[in-house]
Amino acid sequence: MSNVLFDSPGPKARVRYRGLAVLGALIIVAILAYVVWRFYDSGQFAGRKWDWLQYQQVQEDLLTALLATLRAFALGAVLALIFGAVFAAGRLSEHAWVRAASVAIVELFRAIPLLVLMFLFYYGLPALGVKMTPYLAVVLGLTLYNGSVLAEVFRAGILALPKGQSEAAYALGMRKAQVMFSVLIPQAVRSMLPTIISQLVVLLKDTALGFLVTYPELLYYARAISTQGAFGRPSVPSTIVVAAIYITLCLLLTALATYLERRQRRSKKLPPAAAKAEEGALEPVL
Amino acid sequence: MDVLLDNLDLYGPFFLTTIKLFLIAGAVSLVFGTFLAMLRVSPVPVFRGAGTLYVTVVRNTPLTLVFVFFVFAYPFLEISTFSYFNYAVVALSVYTSAFICEVVRSGINTVPVGQAEAARALGLNFTQVLGQIVLPQAVRSVVPPLVSTLIALLKNTTIAAGFSVAEAGAVRQYLSERGYNQLTGLLWVSLGFIILVAILSVLQRALEKRWSVAR
Repeated sequence: MSNVLFDSPGPKARVRYRGLAVLGALIIVAILAYVVWRFYDSGQFAGRKWDWLQYQQVQEDLLTALLATLRAFALGAVLALIFGAVFAAGRLSEHAWVRAASVAIVELFRAIPLLVLMFLFYYGLPALGVKMTPYLAVVLGLTLYNGSVLAEVFRAGILALPKGQSEAAYALGMRKAQVMFSVLIPQAVRSMLPTIISQLVVLLKDTALGFLVTYPELLYYARAISTQGAFGRPSVPSTIVVAAIYITLCLLLTALATYLERRQRRSKKLPPAAAKAEEGALEPVL
Repeated sequence: MDVLLDNLDLYGPFFLTTIKLFLIAGAVSLVFGTFLAMLRVSPVPVFRGAGTLYVTVVRNTPLTLVFVFFVFAYPFLEISTFSYFNYAVVALSVYTSAFICEVVRSGINTVPVGQAEAARALGLNFTQVLGQIVLPQAVRSVVPPLVSTLIALLKNTTIAAGFSVAEAGAVRQYLSERGYNQLTGLLWVSLGFIILVAILSVLQRALEKRWSVAR
């Protein structure tokens, strides 16, 4: 294996690498052993701390919490995609004022921290007499922030399409909105799919912010369980369980993105935007 | 305006804490992220595996969960305890360095292999290849995504507000105790972040212009 930094190893280097591999493995084993020892020593492996997982009520509640996370994710994702498509079209509009307004909105929501957005909806809006549920605050925050990021992704995808696509559509007598929504955006979505899904992974992770505006999702439930004295305050076990669930969900989405990317690379009709996206020009914004 | 002027004693120190959090966590994650990137491009498979495992796990974990782990679960392991500010620095650094690692790694990968091969053919040793040929070229292509990651870090510092750190995101809580309008208070916080993000974006554009490389 030769890369920019390292030449293909010769016999001497191979011996050195083998030595380093042994040393590295020892260090990693030492770190793991320390962690396991800390777990053991502080009683995290005690059966009492893990018992709660066996209660049917707890399992059902965990499932409900997971569904709450997924519900916020699903609605947030759909709305963010719509928001992104609309404002991507807005930024490419022929009217200067539509363009200016779209740029302002997209840049505004990209600059405000997502948590502050959620606070604005949940704690701020009641001052105007608008009552907000935590669920709505979370979904609105996710929509506006990720929608703005997706708008940029869509725009890059549309700009990378060959000019002939819109010219041909206009020649067929389509109107501006038709060209945008039935010719350009579908192609842009297809070529940007991996990037879009990476952004959806970010959206899924951000649902955990709902914990801070009292939305009863997965993390919120984990915290509730870990304050239960009856279960021996399983802070560490509950965090590990929830982390495993989040990581599994995100990896599933990432696997989908990788699969789509690979399928696209195989297909001969590779739109030019996909090639650009593969260069990593458009990394998801966390 | 009143909400801002009456509570300057809140906004000032709280935004200062945000900036402090950002600078410290940023510096730590730059160092640790680069270290991780070194692991991930190393010719030793064990190092590569360790780096990949870290990045995969951390990148797929919500930052809020990382915070929960360090603030609520870590003390149960009875190793040592820190202040909430330090927990926030650790959580932010652990999370951000995974993203910095990917940026640095992709930066190294943008340098064509021929560059290093030519350098080696001229007889430069590893340090010279790295310091004079690869890094100068990698840094240039890395600046825009690196600043984007730092901007994300800046915005992510607000999560620390949910974990007992008195920083900009926590202004709301204190305002409501003092009986001020939370909406106006939060809008001022948003404005503060918009200004901070704008400063970083200007910096990004300036660096990009100065270092942009024609290839």
